[in-house]
Amino acid sequence: MNRLESYLFISSILAALGVVTIASRRNAVAILMGIELLLNAAALNFVAFGRFVKNAAGTHPLDGQIFAIFIIVLAAAEAVILLAVIIAIYRQVESIDADRLRELKG
Amino acid sequence: MHESGARIAETSLLWIVLLPLLGAAWNGFFGKKIQMRFGERAIAAVGCLTVAASFLLSLRAVLALPPGGAAADRVYLWFGAGDLHVPFSLLLDPLSAVMALVVTGVSALIHLYSIGYMRGDRGFYRYFSFLNLFVFAMLLLVLGDNILLLFVGWEGVGLCSYLLIGFWFADREKAAAGMKAFLVNRIGDLGFLVGILALWWSLAKHGVFSLDFRAMAEGIHLLQGDTILGVPALAFIGIALFVGAAGKSAQIPLYVWLPDAMAGPTPVSALIHAATMVTAGVYMIARMSFLYSLAPQALAVVAVIGAATALFAATIGFAQTDIKKVLAYSTVSQLGTMMLGVGVGAYAAGVFHLMTHAFFKACLFLSAGSVIHALGGEQDLRKMGGLRKKMPVTFLAMLLSTLAIAGIPGFSGFFSKDEILWNAYAGPHGHWALWLAGVLGAGMTAFYMFRLLFLAFFGECRADEVAKRHLHESPRVMTVPLALLAVLSVAGGWVGIPKVLGGGNHFHHYLEPAITAHEAHGSHALEFLLMAVSVLLALSGIALAYHFYIKKPDLPVRLAARARGLHRLVENKYYVDEIYGATAVRGVLVLSRVLRVFDDFVIDGLVNLSGWIGRIVALVSGWFDLVFVDGLVNALANGTIDLGRRARRMQTGAVQTYVLAVFGGILALIALYLGLGGGA
Repeated sequence: MNRLESYLFISSILAALGVVTIASRRNAVAILMGIELLLNAAALNFVAFGRFVKNAAGTHPLDGQIFAIFIIVLAAAEAVILLAVIIAIYRQVESIDADRLRELKG
Repeated sequence: MHESGARIAETSLLWIVLLPLLGAAWNGFFGKKIQMRFGERAIAAVGCLTVAASFLLSLRAVLALPPGGAAADRVYLWFGAGDLHVPFSLLLDPLSAVMALVVTGVSALIHLYSIGYMRGDRGFYRYFSFLNLFVFAMLLLVLGDNILLLFVGWEGVGLCSYLLIGFWFADREKAAAGMKAFLVNRIGDLGFLVGILALWWSLAKHGVFSLDFRAMAEGIHLLQGDTILGVPALAFIGIALFVGAAGKSAQIPLYVWLPDAMAGPTPVSALIHAATMVTAGVYMIARMSFLYSLAPQALAVVAVIGAATALFAATIGFAQTDIKKVLAYSTVSQLGTMMLGVGVGAYAAGVFHLMTHAFFKACLFLSAGSVIHALGGEQDLRKMGGLRKKMPVTFLAMLLSTLAIAGIPGFSGFFSKDEILWNAYAGPHGHWALWLAGVLGAGMTAFYMFRLLFLAFFGECRADEVAKRHLHESPRVMTVPLALLAVLSVAGGWVGIPKVLGGGNHFHHYLEPAITAHEAHGSHALEFLLMAVSVLLALSGIALAYHFYIKKPDLPVRLAARARGLHRLVENKYYVDEIYGATAVRGVLVLSRVLRVFDDFVIDGLVNLSGWIGRIVALVSGWFDLVFVDGLVNALANGTIDLGRRARRMQTGAVQTYVLAVFGGILALIALYLGLGGGA
């Protein structure tokens, strides 16, 4: 497993699973998990590129790894806020069914 | 010393004019309450004292004035426009000095007399307020330093005459007399105004931007050779100004208001006729002598109209039975004589007669007022008679002033009238026909004035029993002014005794610096001859009156019966009022009717047409607005709303739909990128 394409392939599968999860599940928490999958796919891409790409000096830059750490921090913060939003919504309408939440309809 | 004298005169000027105005304002605003609380005395005190103080101030100023000098007080700049600056400024020169003294002096006496005459009248305060206002306006007229101020005073006395003639306004006829005086004066004033504007315009063309008398006098020669409407400018201006003078001074054809003006209280008649108002025209022409002396045509018009008025009004005096009407026509006649004087260029003589006339005419009117007062309002000469013994003071005053107006040597009227007649004959602008008219008028005056005297004071008393019993001499407040005026009627002329009678003609010399003088030339023998003729005519007039009304009282009646048509013609004042009624008044009424028809059809038609056109235009523009402008705006709005309604459908509110749309978009972008990249 030392080819870049393998990582990218797994990352694509993760992203596709995330999209499918977001699109198909009604439960807002499940949708949140789909979003996590998407973020992980992106983080994996960054790490992989950071591992296989060399800069002009011939060394590996740390940019990809730093981005991955940022994404993990962001995902954690996001999960907290989204869970809080979901709890607030539940209190309001006693449901976390995404199909029933149509407040944003124009 | 002269300088300080001029200063005294200067500082007094404003107060001379202001005091009567303050009196008028005081009594006008607070008089009603004062009269109710403190009585008539409080009113009379303010009314009389202001004028008396004004007289004393005038006297002081005139005496302080250096001989031949003038004092002017420029109070403030009234208005300025471009190069024209018209100050509110007062001028005291010999001419206005004489006028100021006569106006304030005679007015003061008439004020005093009015206290007795108007006793018990409800409008006592109003009367005194108007009287003071009259004096103020007249003083403004004579003391104003430019022709506009003169005009302000001129209009002021016109207003006051209206107020005072119609003083008893509850009486329809008296109110109408006030209006008549005002309206006839307006006709004259139009001419006056035209004259002022023409004068200003002509002078401005030559770069003289001033209405001051002295500045105009300096620039007047520039107008020689100018024309207005094809008439020499100076003659045009002179005649236009004279139209104003004819209105104010009751000359043919504008004299008709004056006899009607008898409707006012008798002291008012005295004031209007003697010291103020009617003499304004004579004063104005004397004041504008610098202009008239360069306009012989205008002078000729003045002289001819004056002579005609003197003669014409005297004949009407023959047949009047109302004591005040006789005096009114005598005033018209005397004013004609004054106009004759100024018209032949003898300005000083005209002003001299103006002054003596003020004395004896005031005396005559006040005496007549005393008689009317004693008889309880009776004015008909046929119901008087024999009053000589009952009213000795009044009789004496009347006799002396009648002798003065008749031109008997030694009395004031003789000197002034004679100077006019002498100038009418021998002056540079004179003519024997003018003299003849003047001297005949003088003879007639003697006749009808003595007719009045004989009818009122001699023979049997023809008053009814009630009036007879209540007959009395007037109170002292009325007889004292009478006595003073009688003295002036006698002695007032002595300041102007001509050289031929051993005098120095001081009056003439006093006025010389203020007016343009013309000397009459002729031998002393001729002057004596003319004098003798006029005295003879006056004496025969008196003799005739004596014969008619004392010796054979039935003779006038028989004569009137024989020449019935003529008598009726004269008695009805030649039907002049009726002729005016049929021509001028009727003409104006017809004209007004024609104008009204014109107004109704043409003007209103035009107005309605334009209104109709406006409505059509508005209709079309409204339709256009509604359909096109509003349509465009609404279409835009509707389109936007429609677009919004369509766009809203995309908002489903389902989170997953949005996410799918985002992914769809991303995939599309990637596909596009790869497609393009692949292509490259």
